[in-house]
Amino acid sequence: MTRFILWRLAATALLLLVVSLLVFWACEILPGDVAQVALGQFATPENVKALRIEMGLDRPAAERYLGWLMGVLQGDWGRSLVSKSPVSSLLSERVANTALLAGATTLIAVPLALTLGLVMAVWRGRALDRGMSVAILALSATPEFLLATLAVLLFAVKLGWLPAVAYLSAGSSLPQTVRALLLPTASLVIVVTAQIARMTRAIIGNILTQSYIEMAVLKGVPSRRLVMRHALVNAVGPLANVVALNVAYLVSGIVVVETVFAYPGLARLMIDAVQSRDLPVVQACAMIFCATYVLLILLADIFARIADPHSAAQRPADAI
Amino acid sequence: MTAPGKVLAVEDLTIVSNAGTRVVDGVSLRVARGEVLALIGASGSGKTTLALAALGHLRPGLARQAGTVRLDGADVFAMTAQQLNDLRGRKVAYVAQSAAAAFNPRLRLTDQVIESALLHGAQSESAARLRATDLFRYLALPNPETIGRRFPYQVSGGQLQRFMIAMGLQEEPLLLVCDEPTSALDVTTQVEVMRLLKNAIADNDTAALFVSHDLAVVAQIATRIAVMRAGRIVECGPTAEIIAAPREDYTRALIAACGHLPGRDGALVPAAAPHTDGLEARSIVAGYGRAEGGQPAVLSLRDVDLAVGRGEIVAVIGESGSGKSTLARVLAGLHAPASGTLRLAGAPLAALDRDRSKAERRRIQLVVQMADTALNPRHSLRRILGRTLKFFHGLTGAQAEARMADLLARVSLPAEYLDRYPTQISGGEKQRVNLARALAAEPEVLICDEITSALDTIVAQSIIALVKGLRDELGLAVIFISHDLATVADIANRVTVLRHGRVVEAGPTAAVLTAPQNPYTKLLTASVPELRVGWLEDAAATRDDLSAALRQGPSEAVPA
Amino acid sequence: MTAMLSRQRPRPRATLVLSIAVLAFFVLIGCMSLIWLPQDPTDFVSTDPFAPPSAGIWLGTDQLGRDVLSRLMDGTRITLLMAFAATLLAHLIGDTLGLLAALRGGLLDAVLSRIVDVILSLPKIIVGLVVVAALGASIPVLVVVAAFVYAAGVFRISRALGADLVRLDYMQIARSRGEGLGWLLFGEMLPHVVRPLATDFALRMSFAILFMSSLSFVGLGVQPPMADWGGMAKENLEGLSTNPLAAIAPAAAIALVSIALNLLVDALDGEAGSGR
Repeated sequence: MTRFILWRLAATALLLLVVSLLVFWACEILPGDVAQVALGQFATPENVKALRIEMGLDRPAAERYLGWLMGVLQGDWGRSLVSKSPVSSLLSERVANTALLAGATTLIAVPLALTLGLVMAVWRGRALDRGMSVAILALSATPEFLLATLAVLLFAVKLGWLPAVAYLSAGSSLPQTVRALLLPTASLVIVVTAQIARMTRAIIGNILTQSYIEMAVLKGVPSRRLVMRHALVNAVGPLANVVALNVAYLVSGIVVVETVFAYPGLARLMIDAVQSRDLPVVQACAMIFCATYVLLILLADIFARIADPHSAAQRPADAI
Repeated sequence: MTAPGKVLAVEDLTIVSNAGTRVVDGVSLRVARGEVLALIGASGSGKTTLALAALGHLRPGLARQAGTVRLDGADVFAMTAQQLNDLRGRKVAYVAQSAAAAFNPRLRLTDQVIESALLHGAQSESAARLRATDLFRYLALPNPETIGRRFPYQVSGGQLQRFMIAMGLQEEPLLLVCDEPTSALDVTTQVEVMRLLKNAIADNDTAALFVSHDLAVVAQIATRIAVMRAGRIVECGPTAEIIAAPREDYTRALIAACGHLPGRDGALVPAAAPHTDGLEARSIVAGYGRAEGGQPAVLSLRDVDLAVGRGEIVAVIGESGSGKSTLARVLAGLHAPASGTLRLAGAPLAALDRDRSKAERRRIQLVVQMADTALNPRHSLRRILGRTLKFFHGLTGAQAEARMADLLARVSLPAEYLDRYPTQISGGEKQRVNLARALAAEPEVLICDEITSALDTIVAQSIIALVKGLRDELGLAVIFISHDLATVADIANRVTVLRHGRVVEAGPTAAVLTAPQNPYTKLLTASVPELRVGWLEDAAATRDDLSAALRQGPSEAVPA
Repeated sequence: MTAMLSRQRPRPRATLVLSIAVLAFFVLIGCMSLIWLPQDPTDFVSTDPFAPPSAGIWLGTDQLGRDVLSRLMDGTRITLLMAFAATLLAHLIGDTLGLLAALRGGLLDAVLSRIVDVILSLPKIIVGLVVVAALGASIPVLVVVAAFVYAAGVFRISRALGADLVRLDYMQIARSRGEGLGWLLFGEMLPHVVRPLATDFALRMSFAILFMSSLSFVGLGVQPPMADWGGMAKENLEGLSTNPLAAIAPAAAIALVSIALNLLVDALDGEAGSGR
């Protein structure tokens, strides 16, 4: 077990290194002359040259990468090309806001989704299961921006109960924060819950076709216990992976929802940076999102392994 | 309605599938206390469906059309889910065929064994655990006090089957339904489990419904036998009567196909001296996993010699884990041995198929166990056979067509079958097509890997006769790999016995079967079920005598 | 004989027909947009931005006073073609490499599988954003980026399908006969993988539509004056109080196509995978 975890940690560290290389390559090599890109088509050659020296673009790429990586490891993400301030100062509040949105969504969606998935499995084949399956399928395939737009239309424009723009600042009081978070979180929760519930139902459904479930039926185990005990103990590993993948998938939802509600989060910062081609900020945001995603999957892997430590175990031979 | 003393009474039961087939067709039967009724029949005869109906259970896609099943006087199909749950495990218990699949891999064994007793509130937790420990001891499981704390994958297949029996007996049910309880076990393990099951049924005065395809096994335990075919009971009577004086042709065919060692009643195949004009393997070492110091991590074959000549059949016998399938793959060039040499008709032969010439690949043909997976289900038989003819002989058009008809005739299939797909023919027919495809290459050596073990006994017999004909008429060198001595007794010229990857005994069939030297071979010969009363007790006694000698190997220790 | 319970799942005919009808409708609209539209999608038909629906302008106008219906129909073609092209490209790359990796194994399989592991461990939308930051937003960039991120998932599936097949006895027998790559791939394997891969195509296309619409929606996809559905939903977000249809209609169209594709997949083969 320890060996597995150490091995996975090493693999993840290597993966993060590869990711940093890719991000660096995409932001500093792929676009060609970054200084030109940053200043736009109408910049004078002198300005471009000055910026190139300011950004250290005259140095070899390998040296720049190492310098950037060292900085990142110490929390120094470089300077924004647009605001000229250190990237790290832009990040701190944004990261916290996005973490708040993602955390709230996860805390609501995961238990809700698992419950719904299990309820459907217990009532499998009945009208409740079939109806919910179709509804959940439809919701999981719906783009977040439709849900978010409808939510704004209904609660902000028509009813005027909640703000259309989720304004958050460091001094916001708790009720203000909750009001600001309500619509963005609800939009995310619906899609994520639908996704996880759908996969939970599928995983449990698959397990319910196993021979040991029929054996339990023939032992007189009632239907609810069949799902909640006999199937669930075998679903823990796969469910951990589903949850991690979907929490990670939240990233895409967050990008959209932060746009609709002008929510001051990391995704919004990244989109603005992409639009103004502020590459150091893009780099930093991309690295944070990728690293979070990778670490979540690592956590799920380790959790699944702990839940199911003997997946590769071999049965001893019959002794005579 | 139920006569006194009748535990199970099935009246005129008809069960139909979604497709409209009558899986169980107007069956009536009764089982009394202390009685063991065996249901015997080929796969698809409806015996499992009937057995599950005794528990009020129908698999998805099946529906009861008519008739009743009364258990202890109560109609199980009139019960609510709650009533059924209360019944199952308490009044009627089920012992499944594959214990490996029937135990939840993530729950501890004792918890599963006592679960229904706790759900029924029939026993307190401590009483239930005591009862389970007693049963484990009774069923001769090692360390009965602690073994139940293990998970299913931590015990062997034979031990798991005993846990399954313990689970069945936990609440002392009136009726025990056993569905092929020993079919997934090796023959030597089967003897032990059968003896335990037989004693347990007798000691508890339980009624039992015992489903099996093997008449010899059933004869050891059943008081009455019901022969099923196509959903109907064609013949039913006391065991001795059925065996001594069967009325139906089908029953007679079952008895004739029953495994038996011919050594005791005469005729054995004469064996010549070992030939080398076929395939010869010397000092084969093979295994799986990363090699360390030239040896694979897990060794499947250790220093195995084998030779087969033209016109003879050499049988390789071994139980699960003996390495016999690895040997087939090594000979066929599908698995690279760590060391050892191969020769074909005296000339050196490369280990892997990609290093062999096209002619060498043509001369050695492999036929595998699972006929289902050996034929591409998307190809018609014409395409399957035609491809081999075109590949090896460049035959196309009318020539190929004529040859394909010949090949099908050779394996006793009609020429119209060329347009069929594998899904449209039976298991036995598939295995014939497999043989036909091998023959299409015009091989010199035929490697048959367990080609009859997935087939019903009567069908298996006909495939064996076919292989015998191929040897005699085409002069093929045949390596016939099997887990069952009885299967090969009639046709093999020589026998090689494998255990834990080593050859423990090899020689002419007559010598090995009638006067085995190695204790393991002795046990194997004694474990082949015989259709006579008292065989089980004899086999068990032999097993007890030999067990000390057999425990000595390092890899045979009981896992602690 | 084995105690497997066959999964009982009556094929939902109604959803199958319904989903095919919805998809056919949009494909038809997309084709029609080439020859006829109610209005020129770039014409200013009204001086009012976000004018509510009226005669001849059934869905009202957008933020510049253009006809929403015409732009929606025009966007159908752009949206569906982009997603189709990206999915086709993803499958061409993913299927070829996946089946080849399954068949050949060894170094090729190891290298490709590790590369795919890396791609799949990146959030797709972030990859999209970074590439747009580097190369700018244009339709070819969007299509290639979507094809690239989804090819990795396709590779996983086709490799797994292939690996299952390679283990089967008839593949082993064909290989031991000495059959070449061509026969193994097209003669033996292809007939088995066509259907699951076609199903995956539909599912993957729904992911691609959502992916590209999301990029357009945050302003980093298709650039004005052209607009796909995601772009329209974004442009018209401000007009929610006067003409909500201008933003809701394109978003709903995306949802309809995506749901239809998912229902189709569900009707074809049980549950759909993840990876959106």
